[in-house]
Amino acid sequence: MTNNLLEATNIHKKYGSHVALNNLSINIPKGCIYGLLGPNGAGKTSFIRILNQITYPDAGTVLFDGEELQPKHIANIGYLPEERGLYKSMKVGEQALYLAQLKGLSKAEAKEKLTYWFDKLEIGDWWNMKIQELSKGMAQKIQFVVTVLHTPKLLIFDEPFSGFDPINANLIKDEILKLKENGATVIFSTHRMESVEELCDEIALINKSNKILDGKLIDVKRQFRSNTYEIALDVKDKGAVYNEIMNSHFKMHEADFRTLGEELKFSIQIDADSSPNELLSFLMNRGTVAHFKELIPSVNDIFIKAVNNHNI
Amino acid sequence: MNQLLLIVKREYLQKIKNKSFIVMTFLSPLIFTGLIVLVAYLSRINNAEKQVITVLDETGLYISDFKDFENFHFVNTNKEADFSEVVANAISKEEYGVLYIPDEPIAKQKNDVVFYSEDSPGMGVVNYMTGILEDKSFERNLKTDGVSIDEIHKATTTVNIKIENFNGEESSKTANILKLVFGGAAGYFLMMFIIIYGNMIMRSVIEEKTNRIIEIIISSVKPIKLMMGKIIGTSLAGITQFIVWLCIGAVLTIVVSSIFNVDVATIETPHRAMLENSGAMEAMIQDGVVELFKLPLVTLIVCFLLYFIGGYLLYSSVYVSIGAAVDSETDTQQFMMPVIMVLMLAVYIGFFTVINNPNGTVATIFSFIPFTSPIVMLMRIPFGVDLWEIIVSIVLLYITFFGVVWLASKIYRIGILMYGKKPSYKELYKWLKY
Repeated sequence: MTNNLLEATNIHKKYGSHVALNNLSINIPKGCIYGLLGPNGAGKTSFIRILNQITYPDAGTVLFDGEELQPKHIANIGYLPEERGLYKSMKVGEQALYLAQLKGLSKAEAKEKLTYWFDKLEIGDWWNMKIQELSKGMAQKIQFVVTVLHTPKLLIFDEPFSGFDPINANLIKDEILKLKENGATVIFSTHRMESVEELCDEIALINKSNKILDGKLIDVKRQFRSNTYEIALDVKDKGAVYNEIMNSHFKMHEADFRTLGEELKFSIQIDADSSPNELLSFLMNRGTVAHFKELIPSVNDIFIKAVNNHNI
Repeated sequence: MNQLLLIVKREYLQKIKNKSFIVMTFLSPLIFTGLIVLVAYLSRINNAEKQVITVLDETGLYISDFKDFENFHFVNTNKEADFSEVVANAISKEEYGVLYIPDEPIAKQKNDVVFYSEDSPGMGVVNYMTGILEDKSFERNLKTDGVSIDEIHKATTTVNIKIENFNGEESSKTANILKLVFGGAAGYFLMMFIIIYGNMIMRSVIEEKTNRIIEIIISSVKPIKLMMGKIIGTSLAGITQFIVWLCIGAVLTIVVSSIFNVDVATIETPHRAMLENSGAMEAMIQDGVVELFKLPLVTLIVCFLLYFIGGYLLYSSVYVSIGAAVDSETDTQQFMMPVIMVLMLAVYIGFFTVINNPNGTVATIFSFIPFTSPIVMLMRIPFGVDLWEIIVSIVLLYITFFGVVWLASKIYRIGILMYGKKPSYKELYKWLKY
């Protein structure tokens, strides 16, 4: 028994002459939040649609919880597509019941769970309203509820936060984290890198139909670390110290960040095999170290760097 | 609950509960009957007005021959009267017109009879006058030649050719008309049903696309299930609507006709007297009823159901794929054209070839082609079609139906996830191969 909920191996998908996915292999461990990143048109949605059995791969296999992906697994997957909406002229409650029943819940079960979620998100009064009377954000909440209602093992969110105000986005984020705690595995596709930073345990980066990068977020970050430290040094004679460092073997760069004092600010890149302690003791001999921080690459930086490198 | 059933139920209830659907269901029979009543009423007003036609007959031969015709009343003037005075008089009295018959030998006269009127006269009255003139001059010519009219009458026989087929089954003119009405009504009804409810399905597919709910749904349901659910649900709604229309229509017909009868009784018209006097009407109705029961009613009903279901499903899957391929209703035109054309073709072939020759080559061929067979064959069946022909045609229809559903589901599957571009036929063809 593997620890992966989903194993996609050598997935190949063509639309006419356009290759949407080229030998894509992705493993998604149980109980993690997996970020699926990539520029527009990279193939994320194609992959997600294959997972939802909306389309089928031309080649390759998908294993869900150790079994080959089959129609019965639909009941174990919750999908919130990027292009989403609801029937405008149908009542909220009726509609949610319908969608839940399509996922295989009985009417009574669906009603009970809907009541729970509607109370939790404080949207109980909306039951008899029509979607066209609700705002976009309100409709998004209902879509979220419908997606998670049948407690699926795998949740797929495509741009879940679009259309939400910050308060509601936070609310949904907390719910996603809670779902993870309760054992659900989440695939998360977004362009909002800060939410990836906050939520994801693992990521994969897809560009032009190919996977160019994947792994634990922390490992990916290590892979992209530049061993650069941001430093603020409190010295009397800034010019002299500046020149001294310039002439030392440390590679110094300009840096711009905020501190509370008027220190000399710069950044230094050290060799991968050398210890930052050496740098630190060098600095301590020159003045008071007010700020010392390794520059950890943001997902945003990694995204841009990896995609640009791949495009060359 | 079964997914298909859920979808059918939702589609059906959504259609039925839709306000405009309800309004349409209950209002259109009312509007329709209202229009008929209005037309009947207006035409009666139109005819009720007495119109006077002055006859200036210089020959004096036709004096008593022009009787009241429809709402026209003929008045003879002195044959010595001056033409221009007669016309002036007619104008001042606002009469309908003046018929001028000059005193000339018959051979010349036939081209010189003139009818003067303010507006161009209706065909009915002109034909009536021509008829009288022709008949009377014919009789007079015979008289001049020394032939007695009575002898002519004696010598005239009316022949009524009976029509029987080789099995000895008799048919009559009434029966033929009845068959035509039956077949025509069935074919026309099917066409209307396809156009109205095919459009409805198409709109509901487009609605799911524009609402962007489609991807949520097909992540739980197979597209083909959704498609079939929509077709079945909408058809049921359509049938419901038709049944309501029939019921309301029947009630209204009874109500309106009873009101009309009352009207007819209170207003004494020459028509009524005529109808009452002649037993022709009753005879025709009786004949009709007899012929009606001679028709193969069971075959008719069974075939109607089979062709109705097959034809309707065939076309609605085409409509579904059109709906899936486009983003908005305005984009449907280019794809709708061929569909409507084929339907019209079927109806026209039905009305023009089946009437002339129900078992002719053209009618036979088109009653095998699946896209026209439901309509054309339905029109042919009352005239008698070999069983094997019906079976072959139905089998072809259902095979095609499954083929088209298969193709439609491919287009549907791709189309519902395509946004923002209006596909060409070439692209649709590509989708079939995805």
